[in-house]
Amino acid sequence: MQLALSVKNVTKKFGNYTAVDEVSFDVEDGKFFSILGPSGCGKTTLLRMIAGFYEPTSGDIEIRGESVIGLEPNRRPVNLIFQHLALFPMMNVKENIAFGLRRRGEKGKIVDGKILEMLERVGLPGYDKHEISQLSGGQKQRVAIARSLVLEPSVLLLDEPLGALDLKLREHMKVELKELQAQVGTTFIYITHDQSEALLMSDHVAVMKDGKFEQIDSPQNLYLNPASSFVAQFVGNNNKFTGTLLKESNNAAMIQLEDGIKVRVANADQLEHQEKVELFIRPEAMIINPKTGLDELNVLDVKFKSILFDGGNSRLLATYGQSSNEIIVSLPLNNRYDHLKPSDTIKIGWNPEGSACFKDIGIKTYDEL
Amino acid sequence: MTNYRKHKIKWSFLVFFTPVFLWLMLLFVIPNLELFRLSFLLMDDDGGMVFSMINYVAFFEDSVYWLTFARTVGYSLVVTILVLIVALPVSFYITKIANIKTSGLLMVMILVPFWVSEIVRVYGLMLLFRESGIINTILVNMGLLKEPIEMLYNDASMIMGLIYTTILFMIVPIVGVMDSLDDSMIEAAYDLGAKKKDIWRTIIIPHCLPGIMSGCIVVFMLVLGNYITPSMMGGKYSLWFTQQIYNQFIAYLNWNQGAAFGFLLLFISSFVIWAALKLTGQKLTEVVK
Repeated sequence: MQLALSVKNVTKKFGNYTAVDEVSFDVEDGKFFSILGPSGCGKTTLLRMIAGFYEPTSGDIEIRGESVIGLEPNRRPVNLIFQHLALFPMMNVKENIAFGLRRRGEKGKIVDGKILEMLERVGLPGYDKHEISQLSGGQKQRVAIARSLVLEPSVLLLDEPLGALDLKLREHMKVELKELQAQVGTTFIYITHDQSEALLMSDHVAVMKDGKFEQIDSPQNLYLNPASSFVAQFVGNNNKFTGTLLKESNNAAMIQLEDGIKVRVANADQLEHQEKVELFIRPEAMIINPKTGLDELNVLDVKFKSILFDGGNSRLLATYGQSSNEIIVSLPLNNRYDHLKPSDTIKIGWNPEGSACFKDIGIKTYDEL
Repeated sequence: MTNYRKHKIKWSFLVFFTPVFLWLMLLFVIPNLELFRLSFLLMDDDGGMVFSMINYVAFFEDSVYWLTFARTVGYSLVVTILVLIVALPVSFYITKIANIKTSGLLMVMILVPFWVSEIVRVYGLMLLFRESGIINTILVNMGLLKEPIEMLYNDASMIMGLIYTTILFMIVPIVGVMDSLDDSMIEAAYDLGAKKKDIWRTIIIPHCLPGIMSGCIVVFMLVLGNYITPSMMGGKYSLWFTQQIYNQFIAYLNWNQGAAFGFLLLFISSFVIWAALKLTGQKLTEVVK
C-alpha cells in the first residue's frame, strides 16, 4: 500500500530545548493515525512541522513519497484543522469553504458544485448562506473539516479539534469523525491528549512522551500489551503496584509486593532477578471475591473503601497494605456488594496473563502528581 | 422613598453633567452657532449687517478659493492613504512579529515624539532636511553632493511632514484591532493555499477595517484642519485651505467670509467621511468605539 506520509528521524529544537526527538513513523494511505500524548509532549510541534509552519532541525518528511522540506504551508498537499478551528468570521459558510479553491484559481459553477457536495457530505446541506456566528460548536467543526477536505489533501491534520466541545457532543463527534474518514478515505493524522478519542477513532495510535514515541500500535494492542510503564498508565485506567521481581529456576517469575506477598506474573522475560518493578492490572481484569480453587489466579486481600456509582462505568475503590493509593476495580451492574462497609476486607483476583510489569523508573502520570 | 431616590440621582447627575454641559455649550456650541450666523451676514453700504449668501457664493466664484479647497481635500486623501500604507506593516510587525518586549518598546518609540508639540516636531524635521541641515551636511561631506540642495518648502516635504505628524493616530487604532486577530486565522489562510497578498486582502484588512476606518477619519480630519505643518514645510505654492480661513479672519478681518469657509470645510469633510463609510460598509458608531 502507498505511504501517504513518512516521517524520518525528525528532530526539532527550540534553542536548547528538544521538542521532538528523532521521531520516525509511516502512515499508509487512507488510515486514521493518532498521536496521543500529554500536553507539552511535542505532538503539536510535530503536527506543525508536517503542515509546514515549522521546519525540522533535522530529518525528513515525505508526503506520497516526495520530500516537503522547505516547501511553504500554502504549497503542501496537507491541510490542518486548528484547535479552535480558525474559521474566518468575516465570511459566510460558503466563502469559508470556497477560500482554498479560489486561491487555486478555481471559479464559478465548479466551485459552487464542490461546495454543495461537500456540505452534503458533512451533513450540513442548505447551510451555505449561514454566517459563522450562527453555527453551533459541532456545525463549526464540520465546516472546518469541509473547508479542508474540499481541497482533497493527501493528508488531513487535526489538532485536537474536539477539545472545545462539551462532553456529549464530543462523544458524538468522535463517532462522526471516524465515519466521515472511512467515507472520504482521506488519511487523517489526529493529535489528542484524550486516550478515548485515540482508541475509538484510530487505525493506529502513537503514544508520545517528551518528544519521543513510546509505542506505535493498534488501539487494541496499545491497551492490552503496553510497551512501557508510561503507556500502561496513560492509556486507559490502570492499577499500579510496586515490588521486587524474583525469578525462579524454571524461569517462572514472581513479584514480591511491599508486604511480602508474592504474585505470579507472565511476560517478565526482559526483566532481571531482584529488580524493582511496577505491576499494572486493568480494573476490568480483576475479579472480586473469586471462587476458591482457581489456582492460576493471583489473589490479594484488600481493604474496601467505597463504591463510585457511574452507571455502566461503576467502580469499587479499595486500598492495599499501608499505601493510601486507591485500587480501582470495575463493578458489575448489580447490588451484590452494597453491604460492604469501609475497612471490610475483600479478595481480588486476576489472571497473571492480564497484568503487565515494567522496570520501575519512577515515571508519574499527572493523576499521581 | 422613591421620590427621595429620584432626587438623589438627579443631584449626582447634575454635579457631573453641568460642567460638561457648560463647557460644550459656552466654548463649542454657542461660538459655532454665532459663527454660523456670521457666515450668512454681509455688511451693507451703511455699515449695517444684512442676510446674504454672498460669502458662500464667493467660494465658488473665486477660483483661488475652491482650487485651494480641492487641493487641500485631495492632498488630505493622499496623505491619509500614504499614512495607512505605512501604518499597516508597522502595526503588523508590532502585533504579530515582535515579541512582547520589543513591541512595547516600539509603541513607546512611536508615542514619545507626540509628547512634544507639533511645532517642535516639525522644526525637528526641518533641522534634518533644510539646506544647511544634517542630511545635506552628511551627503556633502561624503561627496555624494557637490553642494547642498533645498529639500524643504515643496509639496513633497509638506506631505512627508503631515505623514510624520499624524501617523500615531493611524497606528494606535490599527494595533488595537490587529491584536484581536487570532494568529491561527492567518495560519489557516496560509495553510489553505493563500499567498501573502491574499492573506492581507481577505483576512487581515477585512478584520482590521473598523480600526482602519477610525484611523483614516482621525488622520483625514487632522490633516485637513492642520495649519502648522503646511505653513512651515510647504512652499509658497503649497497653499492649504486653513491658511485661507486664517487670512480671512486675521489679515482681512472678514469674519463673515472666514466663518463661511470654516463651515464649508466642516460640511465637505463630513461628506467625505460619510462617503468613505458607505463605500466600506462600516457604521460610524462601530468605527468610533
